[in-house]
Amino acid sequence: MKQLPLIQSWPVVRQLTGDDRAGKASAAKSARTANLKARTQTADRVVKSVCPYCAVGCGQNVFVKDGKVIQIEGDPDSPVSRGRLCPKGSASLQLTTGDARLHTVKYRPPYGTDWQELSLDEAMRMVAERVVRTRADTWEDEKDGKTTRRTMGIASLGGATLDNEENYLIKKLFTSLGIVQVENQARVCHSSTVVGLGTSFGRGGSTMFLQDLQHADCIVIEGSNFAEAHPVGFQWVVEAKARGAKVIHIDPRFTRTSALADLHVPLRVGTDIAFIGALINHVLSTDSYFKEYVQNYTNASTLVSEDFQDTEDLDGLFSGFDAEKRAYDFRSWSYEGAPAAPASGQRDQTPGQAEAEESGPEGIQHAGRGEQHGSGGTAMEGQPHTDPTLQNPRCVLNVLRRHYARYTPEKVEEVCGIPKETFFEVAQALIDNSGPERTSSFAYAVGWTQHSAGSQFIRAACVLQLLLGNIGRPGGGIMALRGHASIQGSSDIPTLFNLLPGYLPMPYAHHQTDLESFFQADAARKGFWANMPAYMISLLKAWWGPAATPENDFCFGYLPRLTGSHSTYDTVMEQIAGRCKGYFLLGENPAVGSANATMQRLGMANLDWLVVRDFSLIESATWWKDGPEILSGELKTTDIATEVFVFPAAAHTEKAGSFTNTNRMLQWRHKAVEPEGDARSDLWFMYHLGRIIREMLAGSTEERDRPILDLTWDYPTEGPTAEPMGEAVLAEINGWDASGKQLSTYLDLKDDGSTACGCWIYCGVYADGVNQAARRKPGTEQNWVAAEWGWTWPLNRHILYNRASADPDGKPWSERKKLVWWDADAGKWSGFDVPDFEVKKSPDYRPPEGAQGVEALSGIDPFIMQADGKGWLYAPAGVVDGPMPAHYEPQDSPVQNALYGQQRNPARIVFPAEHNRYQPSGDTAGSEVYPFLVTTYRLTEHFTAGGMSRWQPYLAELQPELFCEVSPELAAERGLTHGGWATLVTARGAIEARVMVTHRMRPLRIQGRMVDQIGIPYHFGPNGLVAGDAVNELSAIVLDPSSHIQEVKAFAADIRPGRRPQGAGRPALVREYQERAGVTASTGTEI
Amino acid sequence: MAFDLSALGSFLRSDDPPEAGGYPDPAPRVGFFTDTSVCIGCKACEVACKEWNAIPEDGLTFTGMSYDNSEHLGASTWRHVAFIEQQRPMGAPSSAAPAAGGSGGPVDLGMPAMPGGAGAPAAADDGSGDRTGLRWLMASDVCKHCTHAACLDVCPTGALFRTEFGTVVVQEDVCNGCGYCVSACPYGVIETRKDDGRAWKCTMCYDRLGAGQEPACAKACPTDSIQFGDLDELRVRAQARVEQLHEAGVPEARLYGADPNDGVGGDGAFFLLLDEPEVYGLPPDPVVTTRDLPVMWRNAALAAGALLIGLAVTFLGRKR
Repeated sequence: MKQLPLIQSWPVVRQLTGDDRAGKASAAKSARTANLKARTQTADRVVKSVCPYCAVGCGQNVFVKDGKVIQIEGDPDSPVSRGRLCPKGSASLQLTTGDARLHTVKYRPPYGTDWQELSLDEAMRMVAERVVRTRADTWEDEKDGKTTRRTMGIASLGGATLDNEENYLIKKLFTSLGIVQVENQARVCHSSTVVGLGTSFGRGGSTMFLQDLQHADCIVIEGSNFAEAHPVGFQWVVEAKARGAKVIHIDPRFTRTSALADLHVPLRVGTDIAFIGALINHVLSTDSYFKEYVQNYTNASTLVSEDFQDTEDLDGLFSGFDAEKRAYDFRSWSYEGAPAAPASGQRDQTPGQAEAEESGPEGIQHAGRGEQHGSGGTAMEGQPHTDPTLQNPRCVLNVLRRHYARYTPEKVEEVCGIPKETFFEVAQALIDNSGPERTSSFAYAVGWTQHSAGSQFIRAACVLQLLLGNIGRPGGGIMALRGHASIQGSSDIPTLFNLLPGYLPMPYAHHQTDLESFFQADAARKGFWANMPAYMISLLKAWWGPAATPENDFCFGYLPRLTGSHSTYDTVMEQIAGRCKGYFLLGENPAVGSANATMQRLGMANLDWLVVRDFSLIESATWWKDGPEILSGELKTTDIATEVFVFPAAAHTEKAGSFTNTNRMLQWRHKAVEPEGDARSDLWFMYHLGRIIREMLAGSTEERDRPILDLTWDYPTEGPTAEPMGEAVLAEINGWDASGKQLSTYLDLKDDGSTACGCWIYCGVYADGVNQAARRKPGTEQNWVAAEWGWTWPLNRHILYNRASADPDGKPWSERKKLVWWDADAGKWSGFDVPDFEVKKSPDYRPPEGAQGVEALSGIDPFIMQADGKGWLYAPAGVVDGPMPAHYEPQDSPVQNALYGQQRNPARIVFPAEHNRYQPSGDTAGSEVYPFLVTTYRLTEHFTAGGMSRWQPYLAELQPELFCEVSPELAAERGLTHGGWATLVTARGAIEARVMVTHRMRPLRIQGRMVDQIGIPYHFGPNGLVAGDAVNELSAIVLDPSSHIQEVKAFAADIRPGRRPQGAGRPALVREYQERAGVTASTGTEI
Repeated sequence: MAFDLSALGSFLRSDDPPEAGGYPDPAPRVGFFTDTSVCIGCKACEVACKEWNAIPEDGLTFTGMSYDNSEHLGASTWRHVAFIEQQRPMGAPSSAAPAAGGSGGPVDLGMPAMPGGAGAPAAADDGSGDRTGLRWLMASDVCKHCTHAACLDVCPTGALFRTEFGTVVVQEDVCNGCGYCVSACPYGVIETRKDDGRAWKCTMCYDRLGAGQEPACAKACPTDSIQFGDLDELRVRAQARVEQLHEAGVPEARLYGADPNDGVGGDGAFFLLLDEPEVYGLPPDPVVTTRDLPVMWRNAALAAGALLIGLAVTFLGRKR
């Protein structure tokens, strides 16, 4: 037969001569089939990468052949994802190699009606020129007699989808140029997380990591659609469930998360504090809290000042509220004997304090100061008085008892619409699964953060988890689920106006003229935050190198100063007011993704120039041509002077860099291929923009140009595009000593200028000159902590505050829940995770009288970033709208607050503007015009504002149209037809969506009447393969006062059958509703 | 008789693969076990399949069938996630479950909701918004890679073949688009593509199997709802999972397609379901459509033989 290959190739011959007589198997196999090879097998190389979508940080293997990416799939070695990918991650080949990608620069001249082509070099030169010109035109040396050294004429937005190194260059370059309005998606998504977690525990990141969820005995998912928004992370919930854990999902909608939960609890949107408050009350009143934990590790025994008055005394207000300034002076909230407010009045940057007296409406109370607790608690002086017997009515535990006494199961029924039996089932599950032998976890996301009291939603969970003793222990904690590849990183290395890297505060223009007063104001006396001067001076050395000397305060004066809030929403107001003239959008699409899309576009229409860096022509790049205001006639293309530059961005496979995932873990991505055409990384863009600007300004004698000219800006470049080397930037972030040796821990940072470090909490990521973020020891070869995969801040500690996993004597609370413990023989802490504690500090250690700094922390102080080393049940400072969370109704609500006379959060930030009207609330006449509650959300199949999913056919076909979810009851009431159209109207806008009638939505009985809720995903916009109205046309700009996050998870609207009017009819409909509801400029702005 | 009827049978119908396929040292048969009890309906399987196999996008249509916009398996949808919204009265047997699509009527098979007012769920009678036993079932469907595969039996060109892994694959270089397989499939899986006319379906990533890699869908699946492996081992694992669920108070858990004695000889891709198969759009009792062919041919042969004998008798009789 071997001699007859040709004949043998005939199937029929094979059939007759071989064993496959039926001719349906081996005999039928064609030559092509026989020679098929998997392209994963024939690739030239496999490059290790990380998924660019959400913050789970799934490992990716990128297969490259002939310089092209031919396949992207999960990396089985990853301990987080174990080789799995969600639909978006699975579509990343299409994302990076599909034909939706732009490859050339697009330019729209002032008043132009169409795009023009521009060379990359020319475009870079033009942008640099505009920055220099606008900066000079709008330069502000001082304001109201105080040095500011800045420009309010330029702003940027974006960073959460970018690498840490890119965020670092953005912040460094723009700050040196005096640009303070630097913001990113972290403001819009999770800024309240930083405040909530940071003030409670000392750090603003998730207290645990995804893989540890498998050890939970009960998981409460609330304010998150975990399975849909973080599908691959959800495997750890499934794992926990398989091990017997109870999974509870508390959410207004029955979602794909609810489908896998043991219990779904529908609640009215925006009432989570009422629910958690009742759980706190139940745990306290039944004495179910973890006594030894609470006694030793929290501030339960600390006494609160006699001046403090609770919401119980003031019908929903705490003491210290100034109605005129719409802000609290929280001096009366202090501990007895230890004012968190400074005795001297020097620490005026703490929100809501003395400076409010001088700074008026733009004051510091609105300056987002709470976020500095991202890695360091609130500063405090003195020794607070305590009552270890917990008998004193003013000790925190009893203050808490009193505050939450009115949060009863009956109130939960009335406010949240949750039946008593269901409430008790949740309470019992948590109590049964907490204590020495068991732990429970909470997982949340933007369902909690995006409220006008968002920081307090997070705080409520912190209080409950502290009472149950679930922080710092395996399977316990609070999992903050972040939704962008590096949104944790863009908070840590903040492209945020109020922060410097490592949660160091940006200085204010008031008293902080020199470093000394800056430290005086913000450094804590106790705990690790006391070392703040070393972190700050090392940062200044990293930025200004040899120019930074002790004599010139290490160039502290080079930093531009804040005078109030300069958040992204304030920037929009600045744009509309004509003061902000240049705008960079770096991977962000505010025309769809930010609250009140109309305001976003009107702001952009008032700019001199706009730079957009993205993959495709997103709505924020084309609004001047086809935006809703053009279609309605409110704006005319030929009247719009804004110059628009669109630069094609490089994809995650086309650049090297690190993302920080939701576990606080940095993972390095290697570059797989060169970007095509004009596509470039943001590292490239920032570096070369800075280079060109420095060349233009070279030789300048202007004082304002010193910071940019003295800046260390000499990164090595490589390859055909002169791409800066990301590892060189990471090395600077890590820092080095005077000899140039890479540092391995922030403990080695000095305040004498001998060390340089770009971000102190990342110090150690380049220890020993090795990129620790690139470590990839397979998860299967390590314990579940997987310490040798990537690098987790701080100092590779995975479960924060893990000292609390041991009892006060240093012994694990139980064998089942052991994590780290005191090894008396060795005289050190050891365990499965890196101890989040001084490794040689014995549990018996007690600080000597008058101890300062780290020395002042005792052996039973697990919360080492806190000034008192304790978890804060009561926050005497740091959260500007109250020391304990209280329930208020959302800004626009059809329901009256059943808990207090105070309807809305009194300290919330409102922006009364023509296109940002608020609605009557509760019992106020006119609120019935907008009778339904709306909540916005994500779908698995799409990503945020759609820029990375609506252009991808494989994702677009899975969810091809905007729809709204309504209950059958609401459909019957309003005549809505399943599959038909509906129009939603608020005081801001009107949109249309297809109708999905489903039992998964249900009306809830609230205060004796049925209240209906509408769910609507916010991914759509007019551009892309699949289009729809942007849901943020409906939402208002109203902000949480601590973090400046917008309230988009709960607002009120009307819904009616049929499509919305087109053209000018659309704003006319909105006006008609406003008139009917009696909406005026002042509606909803009352306290 | 000169005919070997059993040989005829094997010619017309596949036997237990892959032993009979003429492969030297055949590997153990592989398959999928799809555990729908942990499916989160993310559709990673659909996308990973399309990416790997470069399948075209096939329709940007909002169907209103819960979150299912792919509608069904087809030439360009080789993995399909079904979404079934249910509200079960407490204590009622699962088969009596009214689905999202069924708000009334005497017979309700619990099929997925269809667009249009008629498919819309009804409000609670008392307007109280009460929901009892609300469930959202999700299940990723795929070609079953039947033990007795009718598509394979009827393929006249040899385009469909049984691989050395025991899977059933269409060879795109051989298929002539006759479409016999389309009507033969008892599950409605295989379909011809309108633009090129050829028949397409899941290959269980034949090329990846050759490289020792698992199929793209199973590899991506975030919760391991789709498991790939040796079929025998998967069946054992699946049985254990059913028992675990029964103990955990989920009596409705059952396997579908795992029984080697069912109408298709057992599926190479089988499922753990939480309700009757019809609820998921699966046939309750699939039978290989070529099952009766051997009998039919035997009967035809007998009839032909009888006719011949009759003729012979007639002519022989005349000679006498």
